Amino acid sequence: MIELQHLQKTFHTAGGDVKALKDVSLVVPDGDIVGIIGLSGAGKSTLVRCMNLLERPDNGKILLGGRDLTILSEKELRPIRKEVTMIFQDFRLLQQRNCLKNVCFPLELAGVGREEARKRGKELLELVGLGDRCDSYPSQLSGGQQQRVAIARALATDPKVLLCDEATSALDPTTTRSILELLRSINEKLGITIILITHSMQVVETICRHVAILDKGVVAEYGDVEEVFSSPKTAAAKHLVFPEGDEAAHAVDSDGMKQVRVVFNGSDATGKPLIATMAIELGISANILYASTRNIGRKTYGSMLLGIPGGEAELQKALSYLEKAEDVTVKEVKQDE
Amino acid sequence: MSNLITLEKLKAGWEIFLDEAPLALWETFYVTVLSTFFAFVIGLPLGVLLVVGEKGGVLPLPKWLMQLLNWIINLLRSIPFLILMILVIPLTRAIVGTSVGTVASIVPLVVAAFPFIARLVEGSLRDLNSGVVEAAQSMGASPMKIICKVMLPESLPSLISNATIAITTILGYSAMGGAIGGGGLGKIAISYGYQRYNYPVMLLTVIVLILMVVLFQTIGTKLSVSLDKRNRGKQRHH
Ligand SMILES: Nc1ncnc2c1ncn2[C@@H]1O[C@H](COP(=O)(O)OP(=O)(O)OP(=O)(O)O)[C@@H](O)[C@H]1O
Ligand SMILES: [Mg+2]
Repeated sequence: MIELQHLQKTFHTAGGDVKALKDVSLVVPDGDIVGIIGLSGAGKSTLVRCMNLLERPDNGKILLGGRDLTILSEKELRPIRKEVTMIFQDFRLLQQRNCLKNVCFPLELAGVGREEARKRGKELLELVGLGDRCDSYPSQLSGGQQQRVAIARALATDPKVLLCDEATSALDPTTTRSILELLRSINEKLGITIILITHSMQVVETICRHVAILDKGVVAEYGDVEEVFSSPKTAAAKHLVFPEGDEAAHAVDSDGMKQVRVVFNGSDATGKPLIATMAIELGISANILYASTRNIGRKTYGSMLLGIPGGEAELQKALSYLEKAEDVTVKEVKQDE
Repeated sequence: MSNLITLEKLKAGWEIFLDEAPLALWETFYVTVLSTFFAFVIGLPLGVLLVVGEKGGVLPLPKWLMQLLNWIINLLRSIPFLILMILVIPLTRAIVGTSVGTVASIVPLVVAAFPFIARLVEGSLRDLNSGVVEAAQSMGASPMKIICKVMLPESLPSLISNATIAITTILGYSAMGGAIGGGGLGKIAISYGYQRYNYPVMLLTVIVLILMVVLFQTIGTKLSVSLDKRNRGKQRHH
């Protein structure tokens, strides 16, 4: 278990003080995959760099298995850094070493014998799907492959925690998915706790069980991914989940058409699409004036503003139809509201 | 020009040259190589210190020490070589036993070259992507391990290019050693070209010096490129 207690970090720059972390507390259970999401400059990298003391917090504690890391000296931290390893957005492989020697590097540091290190290195490259590229140099690999090597390197010392700072931000969507898949399988097979920094909600939805929303140096919300993303409570979280704002709460100008706000609170997204079935069954083809929904897991969250043509009678029909759907709330909104 | 270089003079010069060049060439060669070597022995660690010792570096050193280091390097680099050669005579005597001769000319060359090399090494290490150093720190590498296993190996191609610059520069300086009793090609050029106005001998000597520079540069560049694993990306993988 990693426990962060009241972390604070201020950078003193020529242009003044930057409070990167104001007061961050977070508990990450063993074996979990936690996403830390936030806008640029929110302090995500600072936070994750504090977790292995690459950055020393000014205040607060970092407890790893109950042991406070902040009181340790650089030298005492070295063995800890074998337990909490890290991968980066820009891979950071040693360019003058081939893949196998890159993976062996932390083992060399740990004083593992050459042959044993090579054996372990090969196994790890095998694990990340690059067993045939031992002798390749980083410059001969694609970004995704380089990140795989970096992951193998990060696993070499049997860590308990893997920190990922924007590990997929430099990769295309397909490669991102395969790297996330790899991280998930590592989490399942080896039980390694993964803490993943990202600014992509999709990355969090794909792999994380918990998510912390970091905003201006504080944790705005922390909880289950589905819960936080479906009903964001704080302004910061709402802004992240619905960057365009929740327009559906207000009626828009639509030539006197009746308007209905539909809120999806995790309704089944695998069945028939609600608006389409209403058109087929009632013959009411609603205009989607605004929509901001997303699918998390197999459920739909978000809201829509529908324009219902044809006057009061049609409106009432539509309302009663929509109300019957599960996990959906419906409300008429008036133009002057 | 026509009465400076006649066919007879050229022939005579060629003979003198053939007579004296082999030994001088050898002297210049070993003076250059040895001076570069010793200058690296001193300059490489200093260059490393300049980078790792600063605030936020891998091995932060006291500020006064860093300032002293920078100050000494700047001072030595600003003294013209001709004057430096004279200034270090007592040091040369202390080390070599005499201040004249080929071996003695190594001392001023080393003193002149090590600060230059320290700056070149500093440049090479600064060019290194700081990310890999941080990655090594995140893996629990000690400062010594970071220097020896990350910084130096990762900047090897750049260090070799800079060593090439150093050796060709030192070659040029070594010719000046001829002015204060050093041997080598510089001595021939000065004693024949300057003191006896024998231009053909001097010209031939200069040509040999040029060829040596070309040779060092070619080998250095080839070595640097072929050792750089980042260039492997351009080759096909099988
Ligand atoms: N070494 C530093 N010196 C000074 N200020 C810093 C330093 N590192 C970070 N900061 C500042 O701290 C704040 C948080 O930075 P941080 O890198 O943690 O943000 P982030 O959430 O990772 O952003 P991004 O998504 O852009 O990576 C920023 O205002 C940044 O300018
Ligand atoms: Mg960042």
